[in-house]
Amino acid sequence: MITEKGFCAKLKTFLIFAGPTTFVFLSVVIIPFLFGIYLSLTNWDGIASAYRFIGLQNYLTVFRDQLFWKSFFLTLKYVFSTVVLVNVIAFVLAYLLTRGVKGENFLRAGFFVPNLIGGIVLGLIWHFVFSRVLVFIGKSLNLSLFSYSWLANPQKALWALVIVSVWQYSGYMMLIHIAGLVNIPKELFEAAIIDGASAGQRIRRIILPLMVPSFVVTLFLTLQRSFMVYDVNLALTDGGPFRSTELISMHVYKKAFLAQEYGIGQAQAFFLFIIVAAITLAQVYFTKKWEVEM
Amino acid sequence: MQFTVKEKKGGSILRSSRHLLLYLVLLIYLFPFYLVVINAFKDRRSIILNPLGIGGAVKLTNFVEAFTKMNYWQGFWNSLVITALSVLIIAFFSSMTAYYFLRYKGKLNKILFFMMVASMLIPFQSIMIPLVRIYGSTLKLLDNKWILIYMYLGFGSSLSVFVYHGFMKSISVELEEAALVDGCTQIQTFFKIVFPLLRPTTITLVVLNVLWIWNDFLLPSLVLISKANRTLPLSTFYFHGTYTSDYGLLMAGLLLTILPVIAFFILMQKHVISGMMQGAIK
Repeated sequence: MITEKGFCAKLKTFLIFAGPTTFVFLSVVIIPFLFGIYLSLTNWDGIASAYRFIGLQNYLTVFRDQLFWKSFFLTLKYVFSTVVLVNVIAFVLAYLLTRGVKGENFLRAGFFVPNLIGGIVLGLIWHFVFSRVLVFIGKSLNLSLFSYSWLANPQKALWALVIVSVWQYSGYMMLIHIAGLVNIPKELFEAAIIDGASAGQRIRRIILPLMVPSFVVTLFLTLQRSFMVYDVNLALTDGGPFRSTELISMHVYKKAFLAQEYGIGQAQAFFLFIIVAAITLAQVYFTKKWEVEM
Repeated sequence: MQFTVKEKKGGSILRSSRHLLLYLVLLIYLFPFYLVVINAFKDRRSIILNPLGIGGAVKLTNFVEAFTKMNYWQGFWNSLVITALSVLIIAFFSSMTAYYFLRYKGKLNKILFFMMVASMLIPFQSIMIPLVRIYGSTLKLLDNKWILIYMYLGFGSSLSVFVYHGFMKSISVELEEAALVDGCTQIQTFFKIVFPLLRPTTITLVVLNVLWIWNDFLLPSLVLISKANRTLPLSTFYFHGTYTSDYGLLMAGLLLTILPVIAFFILMQKHVISGMMQGAIK
């Protein structure tokens, strides 16, 4: 460690090295976050310059709001399906792509491509796929599954959203799993094969336990991203039909910026923060417990 | 020996079915892009008749029209300026901050570092309303590229400081002490000795941040209001809203939007793939 003498010298180094970042970070993240908690306790409507403190009333309104809960449970359903499917597919792809396949790098890059492109563009591409191409296939081949657009059907639209998200994220999570799989020492497999362990046993007894650190990361990333999804939701379904796909981020956005109920929107947003923080922290805590010492 | 032979025999059937499966899945993954490319060259009628095939009337004017109607250059230029400057500024300031937090272990530094790490749990949605309120109605700073870049530094610094901090732990102090003894200032020591050593981390962070900022939609949609300031995702989205049923035109527009990222990926493929892997492990 480097030691410093006077207070002025100390302050100067702080300002040079950490000053700009600290200032910007506080003014963009921390102050708005704290101010947001305050706003959620007021009746601000976005226009009036005068607003007053109304305590927890916004939160009570939120808890009684059926549309909010509908959106919340819809989000849970979406998050659960997406997180499970993304991780299963990503792991299987990563497993197959670390066994010496021809064109491994090409395949890895190919699966990763969707993740390069922003949610808006992905959503618009799939909007075309679901509303035009799949309907065309369904009608030509007489497949009732696709003969009407999934995006117009309240039962199927959410699954369309799940499919696009799985497609978007599985390549990225696959890369993280590959990084984990490559780090497992080869001797372990050799020893296991000599001992007569089957492929299934090798996966269950060696790979999965040693892959826990990768799963900590991929679960964290997929949980966080799927809770906060907005772009794909907007471009693919815009919450429709009949609010059947209005996930929580979009709900908050509409509450605040379209319905102009900023205080209530902010209360919902803060509630979202509590849920996301609690779930991701719990996930990291519990999955870390599964980690084995090498 | 019999044992290994058995392994191999079963292996070859397994291996070819594995190949088949993987390439089949890859085809499914890339199928939407195929659709965009082929339909970008068609007119509306042939898309409605058959969106899958290559036949039909070729309509190259789709690209010209999409290019002008979505104000492509403007969007591209805005995205480029915002992404490039934000990414450079984030790398510059975050590395300095991480270095400072690691080498000077004061109480305040520990609190700030903890706040940055903890802030990664905050969803953007919990900040956006007060953010718009503070920078919009109070400070009247919205609709401005520079304020967006400023915000990207704020939102991006926590992850970057965290990743730099983790990597710097492995760099020994002796080199720096030698430089200080030789009369370098701390700034010189940092930029001449430490920063070059951080290259792999810098590349990782540049990749992560480029993909994030180039593709970001929600923050720019709140900050940038006038048409002239729109980034590429914004102009694509509004373009799509205006020409909802002219599919050929829309696909040409989407293809134009995708091309720069694909070019970036092809040029930097190794860095992108390893960057995405490294970024997550740290």
